Amino acid sequence: MASYKTNEFKGGLKIMLDGDPYTIVENEFVKPGKGQAFNRVKVRNLKTGRVVERTFKSGDSVEAADVLETDLQYLYYDGEVWHFMDPSSFEQLTADEAAIGEASKWIKEQDLCSVTLYNGQPISVDPPSFVVLEITETDPGLKGDTSGGGGKPATLETGAVVNVPLFVQTGEMIKVDTRTGSYVSRAKEE
Amino acid sequence: MLQRLRDFFAEREVLEVETPLLSASATTDPAIESLRTRWSGSGADAPSGQQLYLHSSPELPMKRLLAAGSGPIYQVCKVFRDGERGRRHHPEFSLLEWYRPGWSLSALIDEVADLVRVILDRSGLEHEVLSYRQLFRDRLELDPWRATPAVLKAVARAQGLEGCDHLELDRDGWLDLLMSQCLEPALGRGCMTFVRDYPPSQAALARLRDGDPSVAERVELYLEGMELANGFEELTDANEQRARFEADQRARRAAGQPVPPIDEAFLAALEAGMPASAGIALGLDRLLMCALGADQIDAVLAFPVERA
Repeated sequence: MASYKTNEFKGGLKIMLDGDPYTIVENEFVKPGKGQAFNRVKVRNLKTGRVVERTFKSGDSVEAADVLETDLQYLYYDGEVWHFMDPSSFEQLTADEAAIGEASKWIKEQDLCSVTLYNGQPISVDPPSFVVLEITETDPGLKGDTSGGGGKPATLETGAVVNVPLFVQTGEMIKVDTRTGSYVSRAKEE
Repeated sequence: MLQRLRDFFAEREVLEVETPLLSASATTDPAIESLRTRWSGSGADAPSGQQLYLHSSPELPMKRLLAAGSGPIYQVCKVFRDGERGRRHHPEFSLLEWYRPGWSLSALIDEVADLVRVILDRSGLEHEVLSYRQLFRDRLELDPWRATPAVLKAVARAQGLEGCDHLELDRDGWLDLLMSQCLEPALGRGCMTFVRDYPPSQAALARLRDGDPSVAERVELYLEGMELANGFEELTDANEQRARFEADQRARRAAGQPVPPIDEAFLAALEAGMPASAGIALGLDRLLMCALGADQIDAVLAFPVERA
């Protein structure tokens, strides 16, 4: 099994801790005047997204995680799992509910998603940063309101609910920032 | 900065010296890895070239000069440490090292404080001297001479040091972690803090002072939560020094680390007789960081190693 020494630590390195894959977020080398050096690292659990701190004795080794980030195309949801395809090899993979997480609120068929594979299986899915979705339901807006100041909830075709300006109506396409879950603008139909 | 420190030592009649950066031997300290290089000139000990080490400190050759009767000496040089890179660490850095034959550690501490005041141009900067033991007692309510690794681990956890449950360290390892993570950030705030009288297990090249308990005549200077200097009342006993080097080598062998040869020329100088001395090494990059209020060593380097 491949492993990394603490002097190879850097942001983005994928390591195994307590049986789970983690990515290093931050690595700090600390050393008293004389004596033992340490690496204090912040790591993110790739399954849960939780960030924790770990302290290593410098020189220690940690098992490498077999983790790969790749772009996969979302195909369809079969009621249980989400199906994806590698656009270059046409290989199909499925992501379960734990792996898809929040991404299920935003993705539509054909969308290209950044998927993290652990031992070849998807463990987390990042939707595109911006998606264009149709509003399936929202209260009629007030006449004459052209910009903002207040807003109203709108349900999108994927089921997500975002706050939109009052002038946006059911049936319109809007652009949403999936990282914040916020409305960006109206979008022309593509 | 360099001009000020050279004036400081010229006034005090301390001689500037230069010793080799390349050496056939290297530090045995298990916590310091030396960088290696190869020399293939005529006179090298092998046709493929002789392995030489870039020094991690000019300490041993400077002590050879003391033994040869140099009197007080100082040196400004680059030193090299493999594997060290971080916010305050760089594999090559500038060290000011000086020795005072016949001086006590206390006298040297006063001189270090004077020098820092001159270099930082802060004549009103006070200094305090704490003992290592008192520091741990006051701030962490433990006795660093007696606390077991299990107790130290529990203190680390209680101090909010996360992610150390899996760490297996000996007493000194835990003390190092507590010192660098829990105590150091609060040291040297608004004044210079000297911490002295270390546990004998952390003596390095310091003389031990008998007592209950016995302590190592070692000192560290902290300013703005950062370690700046490490000094000793020097060990001059050749047999004791050889025993410590050999213990280091055993520790290195056990840990699977490279085992560099012991500096026999230095031990021969100790045997011939080195005057009782106090000496200290001060990191000039970090002192410059203090002078400029920088929090990254990269801020005071022309070209960090990644772009060197």
